Amino acid sequence: MHERSLAHVYGWLLLLPAAVLLVAFTHYPTVATVWHSLFSTGTRLRPSAFVGLENYRTLAGDPIFWQVVQNNFWFAAGTVPASIALAIVMALWVNGRLPGRALARMAYFTPTVLPMIAVANIWLFFYTPEIGLLDKIVGVLGGGSHNWLGDPSTVLACVIVMTIWKEAGFFMIFYLAALQSISPELREAATVEGASRWYYFRRIVFPLLMPTTLFVLINALINAFKLVDHLFILTKGGPDNASNLLLYYIYEAAFSFLDTAYAATLTTVLLAFLAALAVSQFFLLDRRIHYR
Amino acid sequence: MTGTLRRQFLAIALAAALGPLAAATAAAATELTMYYPIAVGGPLTKVIDGLVADFQKAHPDIKVNAVYAGNYNDARIKALAAHKAGQPAQLSVLFSIDIYELIEQDLIYAFDDIVTTPEDKAWLKAFYPSLMENGVYRGKVYGIPFQRSTIVMYYNKDAFKEAGLDPNKPPATWQEMVDMGKKLVKRDASGNVSRWGVMIPSTGYPYWMFGALTMQNGQVLMNPDGNLTHFANPAVVGALEYWVDLSRKHKVMPAGTVEWGTLRESFLQGKTAMMWHTTGNLTAVKDGAKFDFGVAMLPAAKRRGTPTGGGNFYIFKKSTPEERKAALTFVKWMTDPERTAKWSIATGYIGTRPDAYETKLLKEYVTTFPPAAVARDQLKFATAELSTYQTGRVRKLLDDAIQAALTGSKTPNAALSEAQAQSERLLKPYR
Repeated sequence: MHERSLAHVYGWLLLLPAAVLLVAFTHYPTVATVWHSLFSTGTRLRPSAFVGLENYRTLAGDPIFWQVVQNNFWFAAGTVPASIALAIVMALWVNGRLPGRALARMAYFTPTVLPMIAVANIWLFFYTPEIGLLDKIVGVLGGGSHNWLGDPSTVLACVIVMTIWKEAGFFMIFYLAALQSISPELREAATVEGASRWYYFRRIVFPLLMPTTLFVLINALINAFKLVDHLFILTKGGPDNASNLLLYYIYEAAFSFLDTAYAATLTTVLLAFLAALAVSQFFLLDRRIHYR
Repeated sequence: MTGTLRRQFLAIALAAALGPLAAATAAAATELTMYYPIAVGGPLTKVIDGLVADFQKAHPDIKVNAVYAGNYNDARIKALAAHKAGQPAQLSVLFSIDIYELIEQDLIYAFDDIVTTPEDKAWLKAFYPSLMENGVYRGKVYGIPFQRSTIVMYYNKDAFKEAGLDPNKPPATWQEMVDMGKKLVKRDASGNVSRWGVMIPSTGYPYWMFGALTMQNGQVLMNPDGNLTHFANPAVVGALEYWVDLSRKHKVMPAGTVEWGTLRESFLQGKTAMMWHTTGNLTAVKDGAKFDFGVAMLPAAKRRGTPTGGGNFYIFKKSTPEERKAALTFVKWMTDPERTAKWSIATGYIGTRPDAYETKLLKEYVTTFPPAAVARDQLKFATAELSTYQTGRVRKLLDDAIQAALTGSKTPNAALSEAQAQSERLLKPYR
């Protein structure tokens, strides 16, 4: 009995450092954010007061919030499948026997290593009308100049393309690792059976990559909501919120409007959404994935 | 244990030996912390550090810790955070338009309540009046102008010659800017433009550029108390219509928004013959231009006009009377004519007071580089930058309205009326 409780204490002590860090920097801020979202933003003249769900009502009636949610949906729909597909193609390519393989792998991985702010500064000039790389290429092909970031109908697509370029190389690394762990015997067996390369990929490689795909999918989806560094440089959410994303709007509410209560409300919505996403992915998709 | 004991003994011995001296300096030395932002390129932290070092040589009894705090937004956040954490800065350079936010939070002192001597009171009136507009609230001075700029027009003299225009006569009115712009636009056979007439940036700080257009059209954007905006005023709508027409009707400016960050490069590459930009870009344009360029005042509709911009000195309430006195000494020293002249030459910011332009230093600089005087001469037409209570939100309302009109998703009238209605809702409680 005495020994068992001692083991308990021992176990908890081992957990303590990690638990303290988690509680202090993850759980407490989460709870505090939800709590703050029920109060109004205070000033010296009008101190903060409990307002219940008032902030959430404001949120529901805020057209910019709904536009930002819609933008974020298209941003996720544009970046996630494309960067995953591109990552698989690149991984298959550099996994094969080709001259200069190390160089190709490095080239694909380079965008991942660059800081997002630096990348955005480079792409800002790619997209600049007349003097930018994109307009120069279009010009060679005989097209006219286009104001890529200054046009609400193209700005979000521009941001999406840049994000795919930045992300795909990172996901490629995971696929590359997964591909290397697939036994070459499977390939030989498939060849003996006369399976085509596409059939081999579709029925053997792709299912075996599924655990990696789940991991990458979750990461890509979370990134679609947490990557906003580029907006500071590229568009500041403009023109007229056409490229504004949820997290950037939270930043604006907190640090430009100094409305911490509204920022907490937005954050709570984002957290709830991300939690629901993660849970549904693990419970729904997990069952359909084959782990070895 | 013994280590601490020994150190204590040493300290006591030292205190006994140097007692009178240490007490004297401790009583006299006031330590100040100041946050300051840097919003333009260049090694300005070195300039500030140099000024602070010079100040401490002249005033050994005051120690100033000048802390570089990022851009204007970062500096405000850091100053407010330090204040909340109980380690406030006694003074800071912050955005001139942060004044209502700081007053609402009850954080800053009016300089009128700190100055005592007639000489100090005269000092409050030494600056250009248009630079004081963003620093005065209900008759009291809360912000002393320090790093201040305005908008000017840069134009490509070679392009003017090529188009058959007089390179020494930049447009002085809106109509002239359109007429000259049309001559300056270069189109190829298939209609692609290789050079535009004019570009006014509409990302980053659209409300700032717009403040120039509305002033030229005879209307300011808000009242001096910062609790009422005039977005739906016909002159304001007219200003936005002119801006939209530059691209839609007159085709002298590209459609959509024009990026603040890359505009200078477009100008240097000859892709636009004229651009409106901050005076803070003067040195960079001077270094980068491979053609002959000119700097001019912004054109007029009913009158000339530009908003001012930039940072002011503020003195915070969480400070002792000695600290406030020391802070006042420091601010006065930093803004005296000689220092102002030096600072203006090193940065491109405007000399904030007329007598700075009487110093030998600045007089010589203006003779060798006349564009430096354009911003000064324009000051008499200048007005305050958009600044209200809830300033972040109100500013975004206007920014979004401008961009919606420029990209064609709303008419200028509809966009500005909506913005005005929402700004009413935000500002009503402050009246």
